[in-house]
Amino acid sequence: MEFTGAQALVKSLEMQEVEVMFGLPGGAILPVYDPIIDSPIRHILVRHEQGAGHMAEGYAQATGRPGVAMVTSGPAATNIVTALADAYMDSIPLVCITGQVATSAIGTDAFQETDTTGITLGVTKHNWLVTDAADIPRIVREAFHIATTGRPGPVLIDFPKDVANSSMEWYWPDDVDLPGYQPASHPDPEAIRAAASLVLAAERPVIYAGGGILKSRASEALRQLVYLTGIPVVTTLMARGSFPDSHPLCLGMPGMHGNYTAVTAMQKADLLVALGSRFDDRVTGKVSAFAPGAKVVHVDIDKAEIGKVRRPEVGVVADCRLAVEALVEAITASGPLDNNRLAPWIATLRRWQAEYPCTYDRSGSESPGTTAGASRRPTLKPQFVIESLRASTPADTILVSGVGQHQMWASQYWSFEYPNTWINSGGLGTMGFAVPAAIGAKVGRPDRMVWAVDGDGCFQMTAQELATATAERVPVKIAILNNAYLGMVRQWQHMFYEERYSEVYLSPDLPDYVGWAESMGCIGLRVESPEEVIPAIEKANEVDDRPVVIDFRTDSMEQVFPMVPAGASNDDIVTYQSQSALRQGAQQ
Amino acid sequence: MSPDQGRYGPRHRLLSVLVENKAGVLARVAGLFSRRGYNIYSLAVAPTDNERFSRISIVVDVESSPLEQVVAQLDKLINVVEISELHPDEAREAELLLVSVSADAGQRSQVIQLVGVFGGRIVDVGHDALTVMVAGAPEVIDDFEDLMRPYGIAGLQRTGRIALPKLTERFSASGAAAPAADIA
Repeated sequence: MEFTGAQALVKSLEMQEVEVMFGLPGGAILPVYDPIIDSPIRHILVRHEQGAGHMAEGYAQATGRPGVAMVTSGPAATNIVTALADAYMDSIPLVCITGQVATSAIGTDAFQETDTTGITLGVTKHNWLVTDAADIPRIVREAFHIATTGRPGPVLIDFPKDVANSSMEWYWPDDVDLPGYQPASHPDPEAIRAAASLVLAAERPVIYAGGGILKSRASEALRQLVYLTGIPVVTTLMARGSFPDSHPLCLGMPGMHGNYTAVTAMQKADLLVALGSRFDDRVTGKVSAFAPGAKVVHVDIDKAEIGKVRRPEVGVVADCRLAVEALVEAITASGPLDNNRLAPWIATLRRWQAEYPCTYDRSGSESPGTTAGASRRPTLKPQFVIESLRASTPADTILVSGVGQHQMWASQYWSFEYPNTWINSGGLGTMGFAVPAAIGAKVGRPDRMVWAVDGDGCFQMTAQELATATAERVPVKIAILNNAYLGMVRQWQHMFYEERYSEVYLSPDLPDYVGWAESMGCIGLRVESPEEVIPAIEKANEVDDRPVVIDFRTDSMEQVFPMVPAGASNDDIVTYQSQSALRQGAQQ
Repeated sequence: MSPDQGRYGPRHRLLSVLVENKAGVLARVAGLFSRRGYNIYSLAVAPTDNERFSRISIVVDVESSPLEQVVAQLDKLINVVEISELHPDEAREAELLLVSVSADAGQRSQVIQLVGVFGGRIVDVGHDALTVMVAGAPEVIDDFEDLMRPYGIAGLQRTGRIALPKLTERFSASGAAAPAADIA
């Protein structure tokens, strides 16, 4: 059957079982938008191309399926680069299609021409410039294969207008032929045996679980490994929810704003079992001082991660789930384990947990109105908002966040019980991620409640997509922790720039967030004191036909603790407790 | 490129990289090096006998990053099919040099004699200059370049080294040098 290039592209997406795509049309991609009308694929019309990219990311993270975005050439392509870079950092499978000027016009500085494949070279796993319509089915097939296998990531297909308008004889390739692409899958049995013997010999082991656990669907395997060995687990920012926070051996998040026990357990460990994690600088702090006494087993599907930052004693290049399953098998085969062998280590961890819990000043929240004089309203702590949200929503609620203080509080104070219930911008730190990513997540999982926790700075970067959510009837819920500042920047200026605050004040009232929400067809609520928090959340939870935005007026002075200052050793962690002691010392 | 850091030495390692002969492959390889802060000392690219593939010979400066990390990152490029490191004592290496040398009537015969010693060819003749082509092991090319320098070099171009593993039984001298071509 003869197809136009545009029809072949849409048909190829259908063959890949794409159910939804996020996009915005324009000149060069116009031919493809015509067959979209007749396609069963749902198209969500965004208000800005960056939004399309983040929606596709949110969709991918909530569903485990590749997200698809389609935009035109030139400025549309450059607008989506941020989302590609974000997906590249966090290994999110994304297929992005960009329009391009006609092949005859490429290189002539034509209207809305950019070198899209050149620009995106460093932020995609691979990209293609289609020059012949006959290549379309092959390229689309390769694109989905590369995006979703091995270490997942974004790919981009640049699609010139004349190729879209030319014709081809339809076919669908049976397979992909990529001689240079053979992603790892099964672990080397020898490496697994070596890893197992390190695990069995360790006295202070810690499992350092990263995003690879979620990508490889290894949560159940991880749970078996922990059940078998009794080894405690830290879950990185990208792995929150891969192992339930309620599990007694879950120590929570490590890293710059990780809790004391998770950070210190790694520092004092004699073995780190790194599973799909990449020794990111936000986790290690000063690398030379990171976990100095630990041997390392490093499992990753990407060979380049093994030894990139820290040279492991045992490197396992494999799919994380297969590797963990093989490890379970090898340890089981070695005979029964002494249940008490880790008792002293666990006792030490329990002591740290009791001594240095992740906490904040709850006096205003626990007895609202009584802590201060009648004239002073009790301040609303952002952590209290997160805890209240957690207590008032279903256990499988999907939580999405932007980047900054609110993100860290969300990770610290939310209790994650299920995989793929936490969606955030980890590696790139993209402000403005939350609103569009939440929309994408809700599109992919309409059965789940989806809440975004956002900062007021982040919200203003992409909140025009609330119009998209309303128009497409995607009932997301947004909790703005409005502290009137670029809070994390303010915190660094407070701690490292002698409280010289430079360009961080935003005002709590500009814009009027309730007015913004209402103008975009959402319900807008404002919360100013602790006793209003739960009723507002309950009201939002009842709404299922449109988005809800709650403007929580939180304490501007609140800071994220614990904190390891950038470039410092994780041994120099600053905790809330040590900060309070300092403050008390100053008052005496 | 960092020509000021001296000739091929212990910090330089030679990678032979088989790539799919597709548009933009050289940009992907070069982009990876620049993005991750790796240094290329020299680079030569040309198609192989199989038109589907090209071979890139890269001399990498391993001072800034360990070779295994460079190789692992290169291997992630979809169009990179195979990477092998060629140790100098296990490879036949060659390079091609074109050089225009000042050679007036008084010096011309000396230059022509040296070209003959190095098995080179005179490819262009001017009133007071010659352009010479020499192919051979990179060290030999270095020596020839040094010998020409006192006469006055007006222009010089080297291809960068290319290499293949040594054959165990016999060595075919043919095809030891080939000009670089841009496949991107």
